[in-house]
Amino acid sequence: MASEQNRRDFLIQAGAGLSAAWLSANWPAILSAAQHAHKAAQAVAPAKFEVLTPEQAVEIDAITGQIIPTDDTPGARQAGVVYFIDRALKTFASGQKEAFADGLAQVQAKTKELFPPVQKFSAASPEQQIAVLKALENTPVFGLFRFATVIGFFCDPARGGNRSEVGWKLIGFDSSHVFQPPFGYYDKDYPGWQPNPADASKK
Amino acid sequence: MRQAGPKFETTDEVDFVIVGSGAAGGVLAKELSSNGFRVVVLEQGPYLTPDQFDHDDLHVFFENALTNKPQLQPTTFRKTSQDKANPQPAVMYGRCVGGSSVHFTANYWRFHEIDFIERSKHGPVAGTGFADWPIPYADLEPYYTKVEWEVGVSGLAGASPFDPPRSKPYAYPPLPVKSGGVIFERAAQKLGWHPFPAPMAILSKPAAGRGACVHCGYCLGFGCEVGAKSSTLASVIPIAERTGRCEIRPDSNVFRIETNERGRVTGVAYFDSQKRQQFQKAKVVVVSANGAETPRLLLLSTSKLFPNGLANSSGLVGKYLMPNSFLEVFGVYEHPLNDYKGAAVSRILHDFYEAGAQNGYCGGGGLDSRLAVTPVGFGLGGLPSDAPTWGSAYKSLLREYFTRTMSVSTHGTSLPVESNSFSLDPDLKDTWGLPALRVTYTDHPDDLKNTAFLMARALEIHQAAGARKTWHQPIQETQFFVHLLGTCRMGNDSKTSVINADHRAHDVPNLFLCDGSSFVTSGRGQPTMTIQALAYRAADRITVLAKRGDLSV
Repeated sequence: MASEQNRRDFLIQAGAGLSAAWLSANWPAILSAAQHAHKAAQAVAPAKFEVLTPEQAVEIDAITGQIIPTDDTPGARQAGVVYFIDRALKTFASGQKEAFADGLAQVQAKTKELFPPVQKFSAASPEQQIAVLKALENTPVFGLFRFATVIGFFCDPARGGNRSEVGWKLIGFDSSHVFQPPFGYYDKDYPGWQPNPADASKK
Repeated sequence: MRQAGPKFETTDEVDFVIVGSGAAGGVLAKELSSNGFRVVVLEQGPYLTPDQFDHDDLHVFFENALTNKPQLQPTTFRKTSQDKANPQPAVMYGRCVGGSSVHFTANYWRFHEIDFIERSKHGPVAGTGFADWPIPYADLEPYYTKVEWEVGVSGLAGASPFDPPRSKPYAYPPLPVKSGGVIFERAAQKLGWHPFPAPMAILSKPAAGRGACVHCGYCLGFGCEVGAKSSTLASVIPIAERTGRCEIRPDSNVFRIETNERGRVTGVAYFDSQKRQQFQKAKVVVVSANGAETPRLLLLSTSKLFPNGLANSSGLVGKYLMPNSFLEVFGVYEHPLNDYKGAAVSRILHDFYEAGAQNGYCGGGGLDSRLAVTPVGFGLGGLPSDAPTWGSAYKSLLREYFTRTMSVSTHGTSLPVESNSFSLDPDLKDTWGLPALRVTYTDHPDDLKNTAFLMARALEIHQAAGARKTWHQPIQETQFFVHLLGTCRMGNDSKTSVINADHRAHDVPNLFLCDGSSFVTSGRGQPTMTIQALAYRAADRITVLAKRGDLSV
């Protein structure tokens, strides 16, 4: 469950959609799940970086901002992907600090190589930035940044990315987690399952 | 939520120790404790309850919250016995109370009559140990029904003309159809095929203190927070604990089955959560640790009497691994389907269950309509392989495709090849210092032909449905294993099988093995229903033998 708000929506919708008997039977579990989610939500990314240096954060923000750019809709920057990465490196991905530092060095080297005298990826123009990433597209370092960016953009917001669910909103993912049919366009007005009419006409 | 069962001392010789609390172990625990026996279930994973489940992809897929942990339990893979195996994640199974039934997708079709007698009908297949089961479908039918009613399966009886005979309708009506299911159904009917509501081990109505499905869509990989998905954790394990005769002991990693000088098992040695060695005495040992860990445990339990591993006089422990083939064929449609909502699968068809017979190979399969992917998964790999992977174009395709995509998935036969196997890696060790699991596997050519045939049918469905674009995964050699079948096969001849039709080890009278390893053939996918029918039947057989005094050491 994404956040306390989602959990609350979940409870409200569950209350509307489910029998009272079911709710009373399951209420303690749901309540405890809600508390769990609340704790997770409180742990949302801090304003300060804990692992990344401010300089590294600027570079990562620029790189991730090209992988999922901001155009008519929010991108990696608005999703707080750099905060997600910082938190990941502090917690479950702590073993990858070196890989990220090394990756930043490679991006910087490629920037200097292609566009002297530009010294830093973040200082390059948007067109130059795209050209640098294109040059690195098939390397493990790009794979690492892309992997982290996509996860940070679409993850559960309790993980510090996907802020305000911008990733989910982009693709039309509804985070209510409780749904009733019809779910989409093609199951509206579905008449119910019928055997293949072609078989009936054969008989 | 957790029911408190009794606690037994390790020195207390209980009637049964069951290794594993998954699809089979949970059923056996419930049945044997309900029949009056004292049971200890040892589960290597934690005892999680529904309030600890979440929809966090990172937790579930990257931190392996519910599954085996590659960091602690490394595996190796090689294609043939001539190769040196490389360390790589090769196996996934549930590692918590309830086992893989906690994280599975819950597809629950029954095997068909042909699955049990296909060797006789089809004849031998070169390069395989293809064999009939020692039991026909009819012997399992009452137990399939028991699974549907006790564990909880939703479906529509009589909807598929290919279904085997059944004695009762499904316990619950089918789950609601999804947009992908409607597209699949209309197109398949247009092609003259017979789509029907998917049988799913998910409650469509609340029952027995469990909630009905809320259609959140988080089935594959996730635990169900409302208890609608019919894991053994939600269904039978609470009943076992309420008997007062069954202790579920989590965080207990069994590494050896002990035997005495007469070749009888006396109990099992395990590491507790503190990595301390413990020994649980028992009159009878039942191993339901899954098709990978069951043979591994036998191979680890060597002794003077059993130098090649326990119950391995046939040399077949770990052999004949069958994973089922699986391939997804995607289509994108004009309007939003929102197939991320609801249980993964809502329509399937079995028109090609025996397709091989008409197409020059052995085997067949089922097709289903599904979308089982979270936003993270879709962002990482949901777009066609020729689509951009970053930048504005990537972003706009994600936006267009996520709600409009569905997959027609193929599920098919794996033939039993002796060299396809689980064994002990000679070099690599796990965190407990035990030899790691080594996988050796090369697909049988018929299995690849079958996948290609089914893939073509899946594409026809998308074309008949008017998909705007289609794409599919490549047909690849299998190197990652989720369905773990056939590795301690059942049979009447102790030279060509590991257990008899009662699941009793041919070599050890008070040792039983029951899980996916018992399978003789692979079916066409979706093995858990059959694992559980076998477990109910095994429990009946074991109870008869025990009450007759046949199991006394």
